[in-house]
Amino acid sequence: MIRKEFREYRRNRFIIYTMGTLPLIFTALPVITLFSISNSEDPTTVRTQVAITLLLLLVIPVVLPATIAAYSVIGERDQGTLEPLLTTPVTREEFLLGKSLAATIPTVGVAYVFFIVLVVAIRLGAASIVSHAVWQPSWFLAELLFAPLLAAWSVWVGTAISARSSDVRVAQQLGTLASLPALVLPLLMSLQVFKPTATTAVVIAVALAIIDVAAWRIVSKMFDRERLITGASAVTMRAEAGT
Amino acid sequence: MASRQWFIRRRFGFGFRPRTWQGWLITAIAVGAAIGGFTGLRKSGGEILTVGVVGLYLAVGYSFGGMTKQLKTEALENSAGDLAVEYAVAKVTVPPEVYGSQTPREIAEAIVSRSGQFADTSEKDTMKDSVIVVEHLTKQFGSRVAFEDVSFNVRRGEVFGFLGPNGAGKTSTVRTLSTLVTPTSGTASVAGIAIDSGHDVEIRKRIAVMTEVPGLYLRLSVTENLAFFAGLYGFSDAQPRIDRALEAVNLSSRANDLCGGLSKGLRQRVGLARALLNDPEIIFLDEPTSGLDPVASLDVQNLIIGLRDKGVTVFLTTHRLDEAEKLCDRVAILNTTLRTVGRIDDLRQRMFQESILVSTVSPLIDPARLFSAIDSVTGWSNDDAGGYVITVSDVRVAAPAIARALVAAGADVLSLAEGHHSLEEVYLELVGAAGKVGTQ
Repeated sequence: MIRKEFREYRRNRFIIYTMGTLPLIFTALPVITLFSISNSEDPTTVRTQVAITLLLLLVIPVVLPATIAAYSVIGERDQGTLEPLLTTPVTREEFLLGKSLAATIPTVGVAYVFFIVLVVAIRLGAASIVSHAVWQPSWFLAELLFAPLLAAWSVWVGTAISARSSDVRVAQQLGTLASLPALVLPLLMSLQVFKPTATTAVVIAVALAIIDVAAWRIVSKMFDRERLITGASAVTMRAEAGT
Repeated sequence: MASRQWFIRRRFGFGFRPRTWQGWLITAIAVGAAIGGFTGLRKSGGEILTVGVVGLYLAVGYSFGGMTKQLKTEALENSAGDLAVEYAVAKVTVPPEVYGSQTPREIAEAIVSRSGQFADTSEKDTMKDSVIVVEHLTKQFGSRVAFEDVSFNVRRGEVFGFLGPNGAGKTSTVRTLSTLVTPTSGTASVAGIAIDSGHDVEIRKRIAVMTEVPGLYLRLSVTENLAFFAGLYGFSDAQPRIDRALEAVNLSSRANDLCGGLSKGLRQRVGLARALLNDPEIIFLDEPTSGLDPVASLDVQNLIIGLRDKGVTVFLTTHRLDEAEKLCDRVAILNTTLRTVGRIDDLRQRMFQESILVSTVSPLIDPARLFSAIDSVTGWSNDDAGGYVITVSDVRVAAPAIARALVAAGADVLSLAEGHHSLEEVYLELVGAAGKVGTQ
């Protein structure tokens, strides 16, 4: 399933271009600001600016997979491939996991690559005070932990919407909107509402991991193959039929 | 139509929720009593009453939900008993006045209205060798009935035709049997496994479905599409299977072409190749020759014959009656309810009287007197070509008698042949010329 999805991405260049350019759009201004900081700046201000920029990088794994995930189920139905696929022995859990991993893996890859490129570029080109603030183990740990967890959350939300929508356009718009609440976390941290300590990071990471696993189970239960193929809910039909 | 239950089982969690006004009334009384008990009485007696009422609500909900289901099951079993003895109803319990009806359609309608199905009674031991067994299967989508009270079986290695007009429920039946949708009521087993038993994956390993729309990934090549589906079946030897499947549908030369660049007919063939990948025991083909040119259609028909020769059971839905007549061992005709099932020759014999077609150089002077004098002749009429269609009780007795009568009358006989009724005539008699959906 994942291999098939990757092949389709490669054949549809627009997906790749979008994955490459969206992170640049989100982080252009903060990154430019980092490079413009000189060694004479107040260290607290520098640390704050670094925190804002690196936390904004966590927007990438939230926003990038939203539309891909929203297309995942309803798109298969619209192109007529869902029914033949569901006649194979693949279970709904396998189907959804395959679809979700196919959206999550490249997203996390892009987020990691972008992070690595940025920190290396800062190391080589930015002021030493900025480089010192960026090259802290906590930021690497945060990126390593939170990128996949946030991406998974965004993907499950998008997949859930895709499994229940009747129109691709609606699914993609709702998927993008529904992924935005995940941005609250890095936003609150960047605004210093609560301090991003190691303990906070671990607690939030554990909570996100539990939520992601629970989301897989919930989305699997929401996957109503009868409704997707015929357009009518199996539960509603059985209720109306009195069984 | 199924009766409406007052309560229905919750999808998540356990217990029931109200579904009709009766259910809500009971719930309201129970909740009101609970609130009143806790706020008003504040005595141990009141608390006991509250617990009792809530418990009564749960007991009533569970018992009514279970009872309705039980009653329905019993009703199905009773009706199944009435129709039992393996399709012997049509000849045993139908009263004589039915056979006094004038036209084949009247006979068919009378039998269908009494028995619900008009099945082949000449076949014994059909159940033992059946790979698909359907009993009183019904599917409703909300208030719309897709198909109702359908019962039939499909034997191993046969080509079973499933015919009917648009909207008759053919595709819904295929989707139900291939575990894509769950039936509203009734039972069915496919490849020996009940479809509602939670072993859907096992069923899907043994079957293949070629949907009416092939459903291919247009950005992938033919081989990539097939490799993906082969992977879903978990095959380690995918490439040899793909090669065999492409060869079977004559598409080996297009293996690396993107499916988006193929014509509708070629995509149809890729869909068929996909259905062959897992060497299925049963293959469901939904309009396999739709959109194909005559040569390609012939290839597909030969492929179906080849599958039958290999012992694969083919469940074929098609609008093309000539194709069904050519390929199918038995057919079922569905128009929301099952109108008939059986071998085509048997259906023809049951639906239509035997007839003899006579054409003469010039019209007979007094055909009524001529034909009525022959014992085995039951009726006659003029056909469109200026000849005569003579219905008889026994062709072997009537034909020589008719020939002798014509010669004695001095008629110049051009031809005298046994009449033949096509599957199309059977179909139109049962479904109606307009192919109206849902007509009884």
